[in-house]
Amino acid sequence: MATLDSLGGGSGSLAPQLRRRHRRNRGMTYLLTLLMAGIGALLIWILSYVAIKGVKAINWGFITDTPPGNPDAAGGGFYNGIIGTFEIVGIATLIALPLGIGCAVYLNQYATGRIAGVLRLVTDVMLGIPTIVTGAFVYALWVVEFGFSGFAGALALALVMVPLIVRATEEMLRLVPGDLKEASLALGVTQSRTIVSVLLPTARAGIITGVMLAVARAMGETAPLLLTALGNDLFVETNPGQRMSTLSLQIFGSATGGFVNAQNRAWAGALLLIAIVLTLTIMARLIARKSAVRR
Amino acid sequence: MSAASHRAETRKAQALHQQRLRFADTAFRWLVAGSATVVLVAFVATAFFLVRKSWPALSHYGVLSFIDSSRWTPSTAVATVSHPNPYGVLQFVYGTVLTSVIAMLLAVPVAVGLALYITDIAPQQLRRPLAYVVDLFAAVPSVVYGFWGIFALLPVLHPIADNLSSWLGGIPVIGGVFAGPFFGPSYFAAGIVLAIMVLPIVTAICREVFAVAPVSEKEAALALGATRWEMLRMSVLKRSTAGIFGASLLGLGRAFGETIAVTMLIGNSVLSITTSIFGQGATMPSVIANEFTEATEPFHLQSLFVVGTLLLIITLIVNVLGKLVVSRISETIA
Amino acid sequence: MILRKTLLAAGALVALLASASVGSAKTAAPAQQSATKPAPLCNTKLLTLRPHYPDPVKPLAGAASSLSGAGSTFVNPIMSLWASTYAKQGIKVAYQSIGSGGGIAQIQAQTVDFGDSDIPMLDSELAAAKGGPILHIPLVVGGVVLTYNVKGVGAGHLHLDGPTIGKIYAGEITKWDDPAIKAMNPNTPLPSENIAVVHRSDGSGTTGVFTDFLTKTSPDWVSKLGGATTSQGKTVAWPVGIGGKGSDGVSALVGQTEGAIGYVELSYAISAKLPYAYIKNRSGAYIPPCTATLAAAALKTSFPADLRTSLTWKPAPNAYPITATTFALVYQNQTDAAKAKALVNFLSWVLTTGQNFPASINYAPEGKILQQKALSQLNKITVGGKALVNIPISFK
Repeated sequence: MATLDSLGGGSGSLAPQLRRRHRRNRGMTYLLTLLMAGIGALLIWILSYVAIKGVKAINWGFITDTPPGNPDAAGGGFYNGIIGTFEIVGIATLIALPLGIGCAVYLNQYATGRIAGVLRLVTDVMLGIPTIVTGAFVYALWVVEFGFSGFAGALALALVMVPLIVRATEEMLRLVPGDLKEASLALGVTQSRTIVSVLLPTARAGIITGVMLAVARAMGETAPLLLTALGNDLFVETNPGQRMSTLSLQIFGSATGGFVNAQNRAWAGALLLIAIVLTLTIMARLIARKSAVRR
Repeated sequence: MSAASHRAETRKAQALHQQRLRFADTAFRWLVAGSATVVLVAFVATAFFLVRKSWPALSHYGVLSFIDSSRWTPSTAVATVSHPNPYGVLQFVYGTVLTSVIAMLLAVPVAVGLALYITDIAPQQLRRPLAYVVDLFAAVPSVVYGFWGIFALLPVLHPIADNLSSWLGGIPVIGGVFAGPFFGPSYFAAGIVLAIMVLPIVTAICREVFAVAPVSEKEAALALGATRWEMLRMSVLKRSTAGIFGASLLGLGRAFGETIAVTMLIGNSVLSITTSIFGQGATMPSVIANEFTEATEPFHLQSLFVVGTLLLIITLIVNVLGKLVVSRISETIA
Repeated sequence: MILRKTLLAAGALVALLASASVGSAKTAAPAQQSATKPAPLCNTKLLTLRPHYPDPVKPLAGAASSLSGAGSTFVNPIMSLWASTYAKQGIKVAYQSIGSGGGIAQIQAQTVDFGDSDIPMLDSELAAAKGGPILHIPLVVGGVVLTYNVKGVGAGHLHLDGPTIGKIYAGEITKWDDPAIKAMNPNTPLPSENIAVVHRSDGSGTTGVFTDFLTKTSPDWVSKLGGATTSQGKTVAWPVGIGGKGSDGVSALVGQTEGAIGYVELSYAISAKLPYAYIKNRSGAYIPPCTATLAAAALKTSFPADLRTSLTWKPAPNAYPITATTFALVYQNQTDAAKAKALVNFLSWVLTTGQNFPASINYAPEGKILQQKALSQLNKITVGGKALVNIPISFK
């Protein structure tokens, strides 16, 4: 740029035009940099706001106590929600993991042409289904027969997680070099053994990343649980056949009430939830970076 | 034992072993095929059950009557009366579209700017961290966005909205869209939080679209004396309009389906359409979330399933369109 | 270079924003709670009203150890107190406060052990119940109050009556300094603010009680809503306003919105430190809502056999006009013996020892007649055709 500038410096009409273009370039660069900084600031604002409000209210009792009977009372915590989140998301992962990986393996190794296309389209489409619709489906399928329960909530979350796991696993499997598979088959190993002992372990890091991101997503979900697990405000419930609460449901319930003490608990809950989700997300990214198979 | 019978034993053992391996192989194949089938069935079942649950209301009132009317008054529903339909869903479509349009108007330009910055302007080492920063927006759960929105965002929006409504509220035709008063929960507030929530997905796709712009063209533009901004405009933006469009469609699909943050910020007024963006309203997901567990009037629950089915259809169309557009981009260029 | 400069600017901006936003995190300040003397009706002595009803019911053996209930947000504060106190006796009662509409829907579908609603179920709703006839068991008496957030109007300084409230909720009165409101409040400085009407977005018994009162007192409300059948109920076609989920959602919105008015159960308003209006009752006096005036409304009412009744707009001189009781909804013919016993144990405790708690959180215990009638409902609960208890009932 500098050389061209000096080259065009002599002619009268060219120089101001050039200067204008450079000004515009600098202006746009400033603008875009400011935009980026602004967005970074926005993220910091959101996170720090939650952190500041949450830190004031969080204490050891928050994690070990259940909410007080009277929502206006101070103290208490979201213990039942924390247990519920881990239990429901745990069950959901147990359901979604084999389904998701199995489906991805089928898609990558066995499916041909049209079936593969349809399956891929379906999983992509399932990614975009609003989670409230998934909740309504599980309500119609399960809750009307068996009542509200943690298990119904886990079903709904599993439906949300499966397409995420399928996509992540399939992408990773696609990146595994074909030579590995061919070498294994040439040595007489059956296809199934090849997949289980060679391909999946190679893609392991990426699959773990995908699963962790799916888990993080499931932990933050509220809408489908409103219609399936319903929530259980007062007591710790460990039986998934009963209604259970989750951290997200308790935050939702306490946040929209007019009680300051309930809102404080909600902020503490929000801080805890964000901390868990962010930790999972960042850990997943770190594992992806260190994986053997890179994009 | 003779050598021959020993060989026969070994061969039998080998044959058995092979048979077992083949069995395991076939079993495994059936297992994974089974999981794929379950996933397919789950998807089909979702659509099927939604339609089945909405059918009683659809047949009682007639399919078109839902989209004809914008009055949602479950309290006036009578089991034996089928006209007029008290469950008009038009205003939820309006609410969904309005909040999503506000969100896209804000998010798309910002996403394009961010994607440009990350792919072409930022120093090399900062590119991945900056991409992570934008992706982190997606990690914040919806309920936290709603909570933050109520306490942190609404007070900030108040003066902005009051100014907007006083400047623009008086204009003859479009003034109604900006009419005050602003109480807090509104289409406007929901739209702004939605914009923040769709930002990561639109930015991520724009980044991918910009990244496949051919380097040779970019270098050629620079070599010919273009400033960096001009190069970006000519070689990256101009050929990425379809990709940006696709990214917007996918972001739109995400905005359509967002439930909790919107419910907390939109004001939950379900009677009819309010034209001002500062007024209260409802979206398809928010009315489902609010009224689902207590829909006791005749055909109320089934009508909510109608809303859910409509939401599913609209979201699917937008998502599939978006996917088509974006996949075509990477095909032709790559 | 550009990058560094803008990053510095951004950093400063961030620090400024973060501190400012948290500092100004206080939402629109609620109207000042000036220290007014409580009206003589709401004497502190009466606030510790504890009837100490004798408990003739020995807890049945073989009761389930957990119960699930759902419904009214109106009753939630006292229900939570009952549940956490009763848990010490071995039965966990998990109550989900999702609105009376939700309670009715869940008990109809038999997905919960008991529902709770502030207005009795309609005949059509009873017919749709899957498990047979449903008993209405009134548990406690509470009041629906009009809370507000108006600059300069403190507690006890706002008087309203039914017709005016009806016009506000019909959208016909839109400013706080409207002549109709000023006429009732000559000494209160009312600002020229827009009224932000807040109502319930979910199916609510509190709404049912409130609209029942409006239907009885405000012809404008009835005509705006198209007649007396559609102007009351758990959900109505609100002409104006913001919708909040649950009584707690409404009190949150009122606290956060300048110029707001909303209807909530009394204990929510007190917990959220929101002022509430004195309402003109049938005898013409402006009555503050408190335990004594709520109890006055429930005292001399005669009740129908199935106890489906309303307590609003009663003629007693000190009665608060928007009073209500809340009904536990229980199937008469139970199929699960353990659950049925747990229900009887819990409800009989609530109706006897449990009546000592309401006054401490601004509900009112049931008067003797209503309490006895409620206990007699428990006698009707059967398992396999056999009644579970036979509580001796005395009507004085």
